[in-house]
Amino acid sequence: MDTEDEAVDGVFRALADTNRRALLDTLFARNGQTLSELCEGRGMSRQAVTKHLVILENANLVASVKRGREKLHYLNPAPIHEIGERWISKYERTRLEALFDLKKALENDNE
Amino acid sequence: MNDGDERIVPPDLVYVFFIRSTAQKVWDALTSSEFTTKFFFGRSVESDWKQGSPWKMVMADGTLDVFGEVLVSDPPRKLQLTWDMDWGDEPDPPKAAIITYDIEQAGDAVKLTMTQHTTGAIPRKYIQAGAQGWAIILSSLKSLLETGEPLIVKMDPPA
Repeated sequence: MDTEDEAVDGVFRALADTNRRALLDTLFARNGQTLSELCEGRGMSRQAVTKHLVILENANLVASVKRGREKLHYLNPAPIHEIGERWISKYERTRLEALFDLKKALENDNE
Repeated sequence: MNDGDERIVPPDLVYVFFIRSTAQKVWDALTSSEFTTKFFFGRSVESDWKQGSPWKMVMADGTLDVFGEVLVSDPPRKLQLTWDMDWGDEPDPPKAAIITYDIEQAGDAVKLTMTQHTTGAIPRKYIQAGAQGWAIILSSLKSLLETGEPLIVKMDPPA
């Protein structure tokens, strides 16, 4: 379906940018941040960060809730799950997860 | 009517899923065992889903898993529940979480927003396992409503 493909296009476009991936990583480390918190130490104007967040929200990779005058941003994994479902079969998943766990275990070894 | 939405503590999780279905079907899927046994790791649900009523979620072998109270019930638009568990011998058990489902029509699809609030500090491992669990559960719900088939994903409890 067209709209579904458009949505997937939007997700890939949103992910095809280092700054936007960095914003997602920041939210993965701590969910529910304000715009000001997301601007900290990024060396980007508030406007630029806002623009990136709009693209991430339109792709449904970031969800936001209003709290008073502030807006809190949350990592939304739904589109990534959908992409995974489309191209990774259930059987491959267990193997991939095992490999991913191994990679994590090895990387965490020196902590 | 907006009781319970504006909280001092911000939510821990906000998940948004767009599902090609109707609000009523999404509501039914969240509140009837016929569906939850298929997408919620085999669990069935019991409640009359009226505001103030108790609700519970039971594992396939009959073990009580999750229980709580219905805080807001506005079918098929909004369901808010307290979410408590028997933490067994956990020395400092977390307080009940509040789970809110907001269901709204968005064009041809339904926008399902799941929000989790916790009232006290929760060990990070539970939040992370919970976040992963919710992503799988809601993806499976979407798949079930759109294709008739849930996702089959194995997930171990947090170590």
